[in-house]
Amino acid sequence: MEFKTILFYLFSTITVLAALRVITARNPVHAVLFLVLAFFNVAGLWMLLQAEFLSLALVMVYVGAVMVLFLFVVMMLDINIERVRAGFWSNLPLGILVGGLLAAEMAVVLSGRYFGLANLPPQNLPANYSNTKELARVLFTDFAYPFEIASVILLVAIIVAVMLTLRKRKDNKAMHSSDQIAVKAKDRMRLVKMAPEVELPASAKEGDKA
Amino acid sequence: MIPLSHYLILAAILFVISVIGIFLNRKNLIVLLMAIELMLLAVNLNFVAFSHYLNDLSGQLFVFFILVVAAAESGIGLAILVVLFRNLSSIDVEDLDSLKG
Repeated sequence: MEFKTILFYLFSTITVLAALRVITARNPVHAVLFLVLAFFNVAGLWMLLQAEFLSLALVMVYVGAVMVLFLFVVMMLDINIERVRAGFWSNLPLGILVGGLLAAEMAVVLSGRYFGLANLPPQNLPANYSNTKELARVLFTDFAYPFEIASVILLVAIIVAVMLTLRKRKDNKAMHSSDQIAVKAKDRMRLVKMAPEVELPASAKEGDKA
Repeated sequence: MIPLSHYLILAAILFVISVIGIFLNRKNLIVLLMAIELMLLAVNLNFVAFSHYLNDLSGQLFVFFILVVAAAESGIGLAILVVLFRNLSSIDVEDLDSLKG
């Protein structure tokens, strides 16, 4: 057996086991950590498929950023596990039914005589082939427009995430510069017309009474 | 060498596991999000495998864009989850009935 084949079976076994633990783990933190394990092993598989850039991007973007975000959120929330786990296995028959149907359909397609999978030999790329360079060449020429759209999607995601979770403090004493600029003189000062009042000396008042 | 069908079968197994996970964790919103991530991973594995065996880089480009959209999706999803937990003190899907749907 070739070393790459051994690696493939190792990676895929660990991936499947980790995926099973993700969906059955009692503690959400454990589920996130098993998901990290699954991502690492799939990154290894992609490395076997000579997709080095995506493999490393998966480790950095997914394991480094998205999974850590998941971990933060799981730890921030105080989940009542007992309540969430109530009736956990009661949905299993339906899940097995749907999953089995999906698996059977995929098996029919994948094992079909006319799918022609056996006709596809694995590619042997030259040793100095750079996956990152080729990917960048295609990304910035043929796919430049989708690339721009992807950046806009990320920008929108940033704004949405900030705006959703932004909380205004009630006791905030910050100044609003737009309100300050929009203020007018008559909002601040009011001129009142009234009769003049003259203060009389105390002795004069006494004399009036007497 | 490993034939292409091995990769496709692995991706199918991963996809089915995450579908079953969605059925099992019907109450826990955060594990639902994780199952969706796992599904996207299975689809990405298919794309990369086909890209390698057909010697066409478009598949890897597509994975790149799927990663972008998945990152945006999980970011917004988790933000909604945090706001939801702030308002309801629960992430049970059955508590999300204020629209009476």
